[in-house]
Amino acid sequence: MSSLQGYVDRRVFLNLQDGRVIIGTMAGYDQKSNVVLSDSKERVYSMEEGVEEIPLGLYLVKGDMIVLIGEVDEAIDQSVDLTNIRAEPIPAIRY
Amino acid sequence: MLIFSVFKTLTDQQVVVELKNDLSITGTLKSVDQFLNIRLDNIKVLDEARHPHMMAVKNCFIRGSVVRYVQLPAEHVDTQLLEDATRRETTTQIKR
Repeated sequence: MSSLQGYVDRRVFLNLQDGRVIIGTMAGYDQKSNVVLSDSKERVYSMEEGVEEIPLGLYLVKGDMIVLIGEVDEAIDQSVDLTNIRAEPIPAIRY
Repeated sequence: MLIFSVFKTLTDQQVVVELKNDLSITGTLKSVDQFLNIRLDNIKVLDEARHPHMMAVKNCFIRGSVVRYVQLPAEHVDTQLLEDATRRETTTQIKR
């Protein structure tokens, strides 16, 4: 069974179906992979300027909307200067 | 169900997962579940220069419904066995 066990209380990276990226601390999840994030932020990527971080706070994300959940290595994450990163946003899912 | 079993035999192998948002991620297959959700370890996004979003992400959970392709290591798949098994499965389905 490949579950989200092991991600609880960790800093995680969430990629949603519309291409959005949310970083947060996983507070909990359920069988449908619905996820609760605390202290979450959306990261908005663009080619024109550095990454913009929008604080979202406590968020519940429906499992249907999730593409990928990744565990963030906080040491690496903090060593990256987001203001210098220029990137296209992740594309939305196309079925 | 058959494909689920195939994936289970491929745990700890190196695979490339292509998603429906055109992202390709390579990593070690750690586990799979009934929905074909996939856990990968030591991941790397192909074309990292274009996709720096996941630089700090080392392992991930991918929702089965957004996977377009999984590239498997050919030497670890017995295609003859798989062929026979899929045929057996379809014939039993037709009988039902």
